[in-house]
Formats: sequence, structure tokens, C-alpha cells
Amino acid sequence: MSIRHSLLALLQDQPRYGYQLRVEFENRTGSTWSLNIGQVYTTLDRLERDGLVSNDGSDGEGHVIYSITAAGKAEVRNWFAAPVERNNPPRNELAIKLALAVTLPGVDVQAIIQAQRVASIRALQDYTKARRDTAANQRAADTAWLLVLDSLIFQTEAEVRWLDLCEARMLQQAQTAGQATPRKSSNGVTVEEAAPLIADSRR
Amino acid sequence: MSVQGPHQVLELAKVSRTFGEGATAVAALREVDLSIRAGEFVAVMGPSGSGKSSLLALAGGLDRPTSGGVFVESTPLGGLGLNELARLRRRAVGYVFQDFNLVPTLTAAENVALPLELDGTAARKAQRQAIDALRQVGIPELADRFMDQMSGGQQQRVAIARAIVGNRRLILTDEPTGALDSTTGHGVMEVLRGRADAGAAVMLVTHEARHAAWADRVVFLRDGRIVDQAAAMHDPAMLLTQAGH
Repeated sequence: MSIRHSLLALLQDQPRYGYQLRVEFENRTGSTWSLNIGQVYTTLDRLERDGLVSNDGSDGEGHVIYSITAAGKAEVRNWFAAPVERNNPPRNELAIKLALAVTLPGVDVQAIIQAQRVASIRALQDYTKARRDTAANQRAADTAWLLVLDSLIFQTEAEVRWLDLCEARMLQQAQTAGQATPRKSSNGVTVEEAAPLIADSRR
Repeated sequence: MSVQGPHQVLELAKVSRTFGEGATAVAALREVDLSIRAGEFVAVMGPSGSGKSSLLALAGGLDRPTSGGVFVESTPLGGLGLNELARLRRRAVGYVFQDFNLVPTLTAAENVALPLELDGTAARKAQRQAIDALRQVGIPELADRFMDQMSGGQQQRVAIARAIVGNRRLILTDEPTGALDSTTGHGVMEVLRGRADAGAAVMLVTHEARHAAWADRVVFLRDGRIVDQAAAMHDPAMLLTQAGH
């Protein structure tokens, strides 16, 4: 998450002081990511140093007001225009854990997958309920929160599907090793169904 | 004797189901205990062959357990004759089959009204309730269509309307969104959730995590046994902590 660009985007709206920026950021992102006020002030200092915002002095009540400069507006334009950079590959603790588990003797990988599946489905239940409740009494301010929830729902669903695939893949390996195991993963993905997906993911 | 309280709509007590005998016997379910309260939505997940569909068939009285008891609103299904069982199913249980089981010579509204009429509801009243159920699944305008004039997705919605018509107290569904696009699938989940919120007990068998996530509780079956259960936390503070990691 780019705090720097988020604050700049909010300042493009109108000049604001640090605490206002924090509140505004949290409101517009459904309070999903909390911002530490210290982070806000440190970031404002750096933006000022880089000539992207200017310090307009106090508003008379002890708040230091910041406004965006022309260079800052250009920076916001570039940020919105460019796709978000992916950490390549993104660090994913679950993927790392499973990758290590399959290479170590004596680790029950299927148990790890099932434990994660239960946790992921539980999170998915919570996101789905929050989405339903928010959609039921939708106010304009909730649109941002709904977008964030949709994103979390898609990510979690993808995680569960990936777990199914991991399980199917492991069963496939157990089979080639000559063990008698069922040809289906916990969620009914057959080894045959998984095969093209696995091939896809290699491309 | 069952120990279920007044709010248990469905109870399976140590239910086992074995197909075949001797060396070729296959245990589809092994001593499964599962209760669903009024107003509760339970999803069942598990691999093909794990016993999901057997569980659903036993819960709906379409099959009988090899051992153990199935109770619908405190009535032991094992003690009912075929006619009594059929009556209970028409009145209390709505069932969405994977292959819909609709009558091709009847219209959509007639299919939906059928269980009510068989149970003695006057035709006009049954028709009115059928249209209302079709409205809930979003296809009231298709009431007069025959099955061969409808798409697979539309037929599936007729099957769902038939399962919810007349305020059934137990709704059992087997992959009810299989033939539907994702928007319509979402609509079906809203209907099932709505029935549960209105007090019905709902059991959904599904492979789709995003559909199971609409349930209050997700039960995982493997080799005929319940191996795990997941219940939503319903704690907004926890949700934010999770999302904010």
C-alpha cells in the first residue's frame, strides 16, 4: 500500500492537516487499513522535502495545513495511470509453508491443507456476511468498503481453490508413487481436472 | 429417544449408511451426528464419494439409514410409513435435486404448485404461492412456460422455487447453482439465506467455497465422517484485524 500516493491523492481533493488525512483515508477505504498518525506526519515531511506538497502554516487552531503542488498533482496522475506493481513473486507465507512441507519427511501436508481450508472458509464466511450486511443498508460511503470486501472475497476464494489444487497434485504424486489413494481432493477436484490447471500455471 | 430441543429442525443421530454387503460393502456414512436449528444455514463440503449426497438423501427421507436415526421436527423418519413420509416431505421439506426432477408436461407455476396441491391446498391459493416463489427466484414472467421452453438455468430456478414454496421448514439443496451464471448463483444464495433468516433450516451441499461462505456453519465430510466444522466469527473487530494484516 502506498501511503505516500494515498495522502497525495487526498490532498488533491483539498488542503488538509495530518489528522484529517488519517480519518479521510480510513473512511474511504472502509477502515480496512489503519494508518498510524506518526506514519502520516513522517510521510508529509518527505512529501514536502520532495516538493510534492507545501506547508501552508497553521490554521489558527494548531493544525498545520498541507496543500498539493503542481509536481504533486503530476505524481498522483502517474500513480493512477500506472498499474500497481507486483512484488514478483509476492511473498505468500502459505505458499512458502506448503512448499517447505512437501519437501520435508514426516509432515502431514494434507492436515496442513485442511487446517488452512477451514481457516480460509471461516474468513470467507465473515467477509460474505459483512458484504451482505453492508449491501443491505447501503450508504454512499459504503461503496469503498464493498469494493474492498469483494477484493478480499475473491482473494480468499482463490486461496481455497489453490488449496484444492495442491491437494489434488499431492494425490497425483502419491499415485505415481504407487500408493492406493482416492483420485479426488477434498473439494472434489479430480486429478484429471487439476492436470490442465497445473499445466496452465506452469506457462 | 431423541434429545433434540424444540428448535432443532433436523437431527441425524449416529447415522450410518452402507451400500452392498459382505466383502463388497461400501460405507457411505459412518456414525454421523448433525443437527440443524431453525434459522440455521449449514453448508456441506467434501470430495465426491465423501457421503454428501447420501447425507442429503437421508435428511430428506429419500433413503433410510443402515443404522442410527433421522428426525425432522422431532419426528423419527424411521417410524413413518411411506404415505406418512411422503406427507411430511410435502409439508416440511423442500428438496433441490442436482437434475431438478421437474415434470415436463407441467408449466413452471404448476411444477412449483404441485407439492401444495398434492397436500390439499386449493388450486388458486397454490398457484398464488407458486408465483410468489417464482418471484423470489427472479422468474415470475416464466410462470406459464413448459420445461422444454426454458434454459437449464431457468429450470434450476424453478426447482429452487418448488423447494421454498409454502414456507418449508427444512430446505435441502444439492449444488443448486450448478447450471447458473455467477450473478444468478449469487441471487440463489440470497434466496436460501433469506429463507434461513426467516426461520427455515437450510442444508446446502456444494463444491464452491464462495457459496458455502453464505452458511452459518460449514461441515467438511471425508470418507463418510465429519472431519471439521467452520463457523463464522461474526465479529466485525476481528474482521478488520484480519483484513488489515
